[in-house]
Amino acid sequence: MLRFIFWRLLQAIPVIFVVITATFFLVRSAPGGPFDSEKAVLPEVKRALEAQYKLDLPLHEQYIAYLGDLSNGDLGPSFKYPGRSVNEILGSGLPVTAELGLYALSFALLIGVLAGVFAALRPNTRQDYIPMGMAMIGICMPSFLLGPLLVLIFGIYLDWLPIAGWGDLPGDKILPSITLGSAYAAYIARLSRAGMLEILSQDYIRTARAKGLPEWRVVIQHALRGGLIPVIAFLGPAFAGLLAGSFVVETIFQIPGLGRFYVQAAFNRDYTMILGTTVFLSTLIVFFNLISDVIAAWLNPRLRAQFKGGA
Amino acid sequence: MRLFQSIIPASVLMALLTACGGGESNVESGNRDGFLHYGNGAEPQGLDPHVVTGVPENHIIRALFEGLAVKNPITLEPEPGVAERWDISDDGTVYTFYINPEAKWSNGEPMTASDYVWSWNRALHPDTGSLYAYMLYPIVNSEAYSKREITDFKQVGVKALDDLTLQVTLNAPTPYFLQLMDHYSSFAVHPETLLKHGKMTDRFTPWTRVGNIVSNGAFTLDEWSLNRRIIIKKSEHYWDRDNVALNGVYFYPTENVVSEERMFRAEQLHYTQVVPLDKIPEYRKRGNTSYVQAAYLGTYYYLVNTDRPPVDNVLVRRALSYALDRDTLTRTVLQETAIPAYSITPPDTLGYNPPKLFDYDPAKARELLAEAGYPNGEGWPGLEIIYNTQEAHRKIAVAVQQMWKKELNIDVTISNQEWKVYLNSVSQRDFQVARRGWIGDYVDANNFLDLFITDGGNNNTGYASDEFDDIILNLAPKAKSRDERYGLFYKAETMMMNEMPIIPIYTYTSKHLVHPSVEGIYPNLMDSLNLKYVKLHPGRSLYGEAN
Repeated sequence: MLRFIFWRLLQAIPVIFVVITATFFLVRSAPGGPFDSEKAVLPEVKRALEAQYKLDLPLHEQYIAYLGDLSNGDLGPSFKYPGRSVNEILGSGLPVTAELGLYALSFALLIGVLAGVFAALRPNTRQDYIPMGMAMIGICMPSFLLGPLLVLIFGIYLDWLPIAGWGDLPGDKILPSITLGSAYAAYIARLSRAGMLEILSQDYIRTARAKGLPEWRVVIQHALRGGLIPVIAFLGPAFAGLLAGSFVVETIFQIPGLGRFYVQAAFNRDYTMILGTTVFLSTLIVFFNLISDVIAAWLNPRLRAQFKGGA
Repeated sequence: MRLFQSIIPASVLMALLTACGGGESNVESGNRDGFLHYGNGAEPQGLDPHVVTGVPENHIIRALFEGLAVKNPITLEPEPGVAERWDISDDGTVYTFYINPEAKWSNGEPMTASDYVWSWNRALHPDTGSLYAYMLYPIVNSEAYSKREITDFKQVGVKALDDLTLQVTLNAPTPYFLQLMDHYSSFAVHPETLLKHGKMTDRFTPWTRVGNIVSNGAFTLDEWSLNRRIIIKKSEHYWDRDNVALNGVYFYPTENVVSEERMFRAEQLHYTQVVPLDKIPEYRKRGNTSYVQAAYLGTYYYLVNTDRPPVDNVLVRRALSYALDRDTLTRTVLQETAIPAYSITPPDTLGYNPPKLFDYDPAKARELLAEAGYPNGEGWPGLEIIYNTQEAHRKIAVAVQQMWKKELNIDVTISNQEWKVYLNSVSQRDFQVARRGWIGDYVDANNFLDLFITDGGNNNTGYASDEFDDIILNLAPKAKSRDERYGLFYKAETMMMNEMPIIPIYTYTSKHLVHPSVEGIYPNLMDSLNLKYVKLHPGRSLYGEAN
């Protein structure tokens, strides 16, 4: 098992290196620079700014300097927010985005697994069609539609919940979490239905039922563990996706997370910020993929045996 | 099982909802405690007055700092700020500011004239890279200093005569100079605080953070949560603290204008930075409305590249301008939130009114186009309008495209470009017609006309006229009276608009939603809000009088 983890980590290094290099040169080749603004910038001011950010060096020297800083964990100063480092901005946005992602994922798991399992228990009946139909709608409904819709209903007409903010007013974390989690809930519902259907037709389930176990024990004790493997495998990439893809929800609900910085950095040509967020998120994605592979292997006895044999 | 199936999700949702309850809105708690909840449009880049540029920054910096003179919130005329009074020499070139002995930094230290000398050295120093350094260029030798042509700041016309007297010598009488004293680029910063965190010219030090920053305005910085909110509180050391009604202000980075409007409706905000265009008719319909609109010192126009055919021909440029029905455009597409413009300077810029050389006249437009060699659009080589990607710009471009097609029978393509790509196209002059907006930094026609001096950084049209340059750069600054100066501006502007290097479209308006409990926010041409004058009246609700 350890060897498996070690190998996967080793493979991640070239991947991340390619991401850094490609991003570094791509952002610099985009038209327009970080200091272009609607009002003309005096040439001497521009020169001073470029010198402060080392943009006056040849490109390869900038690249080497960046890699040097990066190896010390320094992502550099932000272009858009003078006086703030990219590390600091990521540090302030990550806990918020992670919290939002965690709530969204919990919501998605709760709703998704329940719906999927219930659907799988009576396939091709109304009990299956209704939750799966809703799941299809959930997958198709973009968050920029669902978010405002929830705000309109629960924030404005019913006046039950705050419509924006994060930790400012009681309950302001609920709507964004549901908005972000819905599409994932829908996807998890479909995954767990498929997983459960496969497991429920296995011989050991039939044996369990034949022994006279009540249905809930069959489902919870025997079927769930195997049936949810596809869901577990999906969780890692899903969480990474939630961290990287929360931009829309963060904008609708004015949430001070990473997503807003990530997207704005590209518009602002904030080179260090684009690189910092990209490197950071790609590392996260690699890491979460690894974790979900490990958990999936641990849950699946057949895979586990394989590792034992191999290691 | 089925019962179970429907009960669980429903009960989870109910539990979540009841856990929060209705609660008190920001406006209610704010009115009770004297805190204004202010939609600020975006997260500020920073709070260093000599580093940042931008409107959201301006709102916060002007609450934390104060200039030598401030604008009256209603008339915009200069009033005492840090300086309790000032003298202007007879020839208008020497300003002597007498600093209020009560003016203090937020750490209780008195403000001195040498703080200004130090701060202006920083603002003008080429290493600081202040984008607004040019605001101080009316001062003798300041331009040479910021361009590194001289290196001794003593040669710049700023002198501390004693602790409380600051003397400033200008190149020429500059009628708008006092206005510049209320622009954040001319604000003083606390030298010891900056030096504690780095060099004078450093842009990256944390001196503006909570706990570090020392400022001199009506408020002090209390909390700065990135992209979430900024809280300022009333200063104990501000000289005019007895006249400050608010206990503090919450600034929210409300980038999403639709969310901002919803936050206002749910009483999470007292004040919004903008109002979504499609919501405006609804607010107007309600009457006794919280919607506040005022003329704004800015012009929306199309830049024309006068070196690219077919718009290199002045007849074509005029034809295009005559064929635009600005009244219809502002009434329909812009929902009466804009004023038709026929020149670059907005009307009534401190008493100056620009020439109106043309009007909507489709017959004349067709005539001009025929004269240019394209009768009824025949032989028209095509034309492209570029704009930065934004729905509002697209709508206007589409309307313009249709008007030109209808009146002149010519085909025009419109293309959107991502913001920085668009800026690049404009500065490289890689366009035929480009959308543009200019917002004045101070209320004076000079701020609009000097855009078009030959090879000026913001000209971008190729317009070049020695006579125009001479008026703007030499004659107008030396004018003896306001009338003479405005006469010269009028002449220059007439000259330029005859050549039509730009197609003016409309004058901006500022648009805000203001909660009925807020008093002391006066609409004005600069959209300038001095939070010092704002008062809150508890008990007034958005939906009728108090509950």
